[in-house]
Amino acid sequence: MIKQRLRFLVPLALFIIMVAFLGRGLFLNPREVPSPLIDKPAPAFELGQLHNPQYNFASRDMLGQVWLLNVWASWCVSCRAEHPLLLQLARQNVVPLYGLNYKDRPSDAIAWLNDLGDPYSLSAVDMNGRVGMDYGVYGVPETYVIDKQGVIRYKQIGPVTPDALKNKILPLVRELQAS
Amino acid sequence: MKNIVLLVLVLLVQAPVMAKEAVPMAADPVIEARLMELSENLRCLVCQNQALAGSDSDFAKDLRREMRIMMKEGKTDQEIIDFLVQRFGDFILFNPPVKSYTLLLWMGPLLLLLLGATILVLVLRRRGLAGNVTTPLSAADHQRAEVLLRSLDADADQGDKTRDDKNEGHKS
Repeated sequence: MIKQRLRFLVPLALFIIMVAFLGRGLFLNPREVPSPLIDKPAPAFELGQLHNPQYNFASRDMLGQVWLLNVWASWCVSCRAEHPLLLQLARQNVVPLYGLNYKDRPSDAIAWLNDLGDPYSLSAVDMNGRVGMDYGVYGVPETYVIDKQGVIRYKQIGPVTPDALKNKILPLVRELQAS
Repeated sequence: MKNIVLLVLVLLVQAPVMAKEAVPMAADPVIEARLMELSENLRCLVCQNQALAGSDSDFAKDLRREMRIMMKEGKTDQEIIDFLVQRFGDFILFNPPVKSYTLLLWMGPLLLLLLGATILVLVLRRRGLAGNVTTPLSAADHQRAEVLLRSLDADADQGDKTRDDKNEGHKS
């Protein structure tokens, strides 16, 4: 008799499992596509600097240190949201922060930095977005953590949040700096 | 008023810039056809669930431009797909490749089919067994059955009669 009754619970159990999976799916962010570049060498580039166009910035110059590459643009709304956090990070002086000014007009970009403050050691100008494409940039801002060997270890898609900075990026940076 | 004039001026200045972006790079119909066919199976990562072919986003435009250039350089479709997957991951493909972690995705329907078939066979077999069970009837059962059958016969007779009546009624 009890066995008979339990049989009716089977569909209910299946239904609950299904609801659990679908419910989980509701709270996943489909925009966060895991980057295939994690643990791969960062694509090499050499670009003109935003403030000193006569000088180039090459990714190989950064070999031997852990650094952050932040993709930004003056037309990007979310970049404004993360900007105070980047300024704060720059003041802490824990890790060099470099900008990749993505598909932007240099005059606009410089005006934007003058307006809001410049957290970057320097910004490289990727006017046609070719370097961005090599890095798999599909939305701005994006931030890469690159280790001493020039390998991408983490990619933040969308604005850097206080939570991501405190719990993911900074611990990883410290770990990589120690190694 | 001043603001409106300014707005119109800004829009006027911007218009040619926007127009320039929309101009297709190659008018080569062979490449365009190939591009459309290939990008139909690629996902636009910005406007997800839309194909790269039909998307109007800057991201899709950039990738289409890049694909055009690669096609002009004589790259094969596979080389172009590899280029994109290397940068944006398998997610850009509408057809996920068979890999260890996509095995469940590919095999799932087959597994469900097998599961359903197994359950069906089990249920049918159990029903078949239940049907074959014969228990001898007791004397009381026989008596009950006989009473039931007799009443059934009586009903049938009555039924026949009514039917006859009806037929007659019909005839007249």
